[in-house]
Amino acid sequence: MMRELYVIGSGLTKIGNLWDKGLRDLAVEAGLAAMEEAGVDSVDAVFVGNMMSGILNAQENLGAYVADYLGLSGVPAFKVEAACASGGAAVVSAAMAIKSGLFDRVLVVGVEKMSDMTATEDVTSALATASEADYELFWGASFVSLNALIMRAYAQRYGLREEDFGWMPILMHKNASDVPYAQLRFPITMESYLSSPKIADPIKLLDSAPMGDGAAAAVLSASERRDGEGVSVALVGFGSATDAMALYTREELVELKGAKLAAKRAMEMAGVTPRDLQVLEVHDAFSVMGYLNLEALGVVEPGKASRLIESGDAERSGSLPVNPEGGLKARGHPVGATGVYQFVEIYRQLAGRAGPAQAGSPELGAAMNVGGTGSNVVVTILRRVS
Amino acid sequence: MKPQRPVGIVGWGAYVPRYRIKEEDLAQAWGRDYRRYASGLMVTEKSVPGLDEDTLTIAYEAAQNAIARAGIDPSELGAVYVGTESKPYAVKPTSTILAEAIGASGATTGADFEFACKAGTEAIQAVTGLVGSGMIKYGLAVGADTSQGAPGDPLEYTASAGGAAFVLGPAEESVAEIVASHSYVTDTPDFWRRAHMKYPSHARAFTGEPAYFHHIMSAAKALMEEMGTTPQDYDFVVFHQPNGKFPRRVGKRLGFTKEQIEPGLITPVIGNTYSGSSLVGLSAVLDVAEPGAKILVVSFGSGAGSDAFHIEVRDRIVEVRDRAPRLEVYLRRKVYVDYPYYARSMRMYVMPSDVGAY
Amino acid sequence: MWAFNPSIPSIKREMPSRYRLEGFECRDCGFRSLPPRQICPRCGSRNLSRVRLPNRGRVLQHTVVHSAPRGYEFYTPYVLALIELEDGTRLFSQLTDVDPEEVTQGMEVEAVLRKVRVGGHGGPVAYGLKFRPVLKR
Repeated sequence: MMRELYVIGSGLTKIGNLWDKGLRDLAVEAGLAAMEEAGVDSVDAVFVGNMMSGILNAQENLGAYVADYLGLSGVPAFKVEAACASGGAAVVSAAMAIKSGLFDRVLVVGVEKMSDMTATEDVTSALATASEADYELFWGASFVSLNALIMRAYAQRYGLREEDFGWMPILMHKNASDVPYAQLRFPITMESYLSSPKIADPIKLLDSAPMGDGAAAAVLSASERRDGEGVSVALVGFGSATDAMALYTREELVELKGAKLAAKRAMEMAGVTPRDLQVLEVHDAFSVMGYLNLEALGVVEPGKASRLIESGDAERSGSLPVNPEGGLKARGHPVGATGVYQFVEIYRQLAGRAGPAQAGSPELGAAMNVGGTGSNVVVTILRRVS
Repeated sequence: MKPQRPVGIVGWGAYVPRYRIKEEDLAQAWGRDYRRYASGLMVTEKSVPGLDEDTLTIAYEAAQNAIARAGIDPSELGAVYVGTESKPYAVKPTSTILAEAIGASGATTGADFEFACKAGTEAIQAVTGLVGSGMIKYGLAVGADTSQGAPGDPLEYTASAGGAAFVLGPAEESVAEIVASHSYVTDTPDFWRRAHMKYPSHARAFTGEPAYFHHIMSAAKALMEEMGTTPQDYDFVVFHQPNGKFPRRVGKRLGFTKEQIEPGLITPVIGNTYSGSSLVGLSAVLDVAEPGAKILVVSFGSGAGSDAFHIEVRDRIVEVRDRAPRLEVYLRRKVYVDYPYYARSMRMYVMPSDVGAY
Repeated sequence: MWAFNPSIPSIKREMPSRYRLEGFECRDCGFRSLPPRQICPRCGSRNLSRVRLPNRGRVLQHTVVHSAPRGYEFYTPYVLALIELEDGTRLFSQLTDVDPEEVTQGMEVEAVLRKVRVGGHGGPVAYGLKFRPVLKR
């Protein structure tokens, strides 16, 4: 039978425009913290999740780079890229490496250093390489404009108004306010949401995750390690799937087929159903994407995600907490690192170590990390074992 | 000049961008009152190319209209020639891009022509030669421009964007036969643009008598003498039209009437489309001419020269006329822009170096 | 500074699709799209033929870009749209010759060749078929 997988350590950096910290400083900070928490000073392999180091930082070959600066030279190490799902893809790569039996303990680091390219038009251009270069990017499309098409289609399909999208960023900002490492730590109101400028109609500024730097890391192991309370957390299911690259070749704009498949695969491996999930991290790069993620996970009916958020059930104290740390919108979205932030956040929620963001005592949680406009999606499911 | 085999226009088409700027706004940008110039120019507004338009895109639509009327497959074209003085590339023919885009690339000859405002009729002469000698069956000749006048210069009132295209082929398949032509050139430096200069220069009043009038009248008279015709024999006359005034004046001098001149005089509402000028006028005439009509077309290009053509309309014109939009569809389609937008379209702003190219 | 600069060879390779809407049709399931492919993304068949897609269609969804990626700033605001051609084929392009506020869902449009991207430092011009409201004859 396949081996068990445990998360035995985690680390993360603050997210923001971290002028004093470069790519290696961020990766090392998170990586060392994770190894320290895990109580180890060596690993069998390193997987680095990152999307744009080549374009933004003139640095590829991140496996060797991060291993070197972590004092782990000699260890097998690779960069894993899946656009904004690079972090999740790195987690899954590490999981597969351990499940294969070839490695026992693997470090995953997600890192993105976006602020070195100071003009946001340039970062926007770089992000757009996750779309179809010759048939979407060529026409001047950016992520915002592609998601704008999805948002309008979704609003039309389900008869939603502007306000219905505001609940997501409002909750995100509320949650991030007391999270020390979050990028945007101020609440917003529906008024400020409604009056925020349109960046690509109908997407508003307050619908969109900010750009920022950050790194998160986790140590995965085939051996369980219980903490002081006798708690351990296992990675019990993971799944990933791809969907058509370009929006115009998809059958449906308002359904994330790749996300649904990835969730199905992860839940099948974990032997769980959507009703079993007790805490979620979803990929709200744009409010509509957050809603589509919830629907793809099967925790709400299609078109009903905004009701879930509006109702208060998704608050930390609610029946199904969503993004208790503020999600991509307010905790932040250092693109290639995000999937690892999500993974670490679920881990800490289950381990009871989420600090002010602690949302009850969940025992089963899932993270959904989306690349492109849904063309590459990774879902991980963690369970508390004690 | 007459070709060995009879040559005619098998299809014609024109295109004008949808944006216009009013003469008053052009004058006011420089603190002037257009009323001082109105009677000398006789133009009310001019066309402005959209930000994503250029000579090639204008040539493309005019050519598609011509091909639709011609009813041929573009791969049957043996030549694609574009006459323009606002080439997207100083070196790289607009013709090859056009040929590729319309589906005529491959076994085709192509090149760009320059002869100031008569580059388009120059292209017609060259294609007529190829068709008339039997070297090719069909050829495409286009005159198109996104003309530039220096900011604040008199030419700014009239330099505009537009073009027309003609598929030439055997006269027996044509809507109008180009029965004969007469070309006349001299070295007359009335208007020019040195390499790397952004705007053309011109010799003001010298562009009148010694240039426009002399060459047009010489070519027109020589052609009518060769053909044994007088102005009364023609139903329409189309001149190169740098403004609304010169064509009326030269027409009157040669003995033509308002009724003959007006249908082909388009500059008053779209400005001077340079290499498109007389050809857009011809296009307008073909949109309404009945079989049997005789048309005299006399272009003028600075530098200088004129091409005069004796054209006779045939029955087939009725059958194909509505296969493509008439010029008036483009004339009716208009949106006014202000001087700041115009300046942006004309690339007059010096953009910061890190803004992507434009 | 970083911008998407289509390479010269890619500009040439993509001309059939961008200049003439050349795409493919799956002979087995009928799916049509562009650019041409080897394998049908719907049914996996390799039995594909090259087709010239129709140049008329209607707007399915659109958005207006105010903050453009590097290299496209000069042209804002511009409209991006998902378009359904007369034969049901979907494609993605810009709309042109229309005020952004006047674009409506279902608007009938036709293809026109326009400039898409001008390369920096005297670089090449990449042209492509955009869509404008059908001309009223």
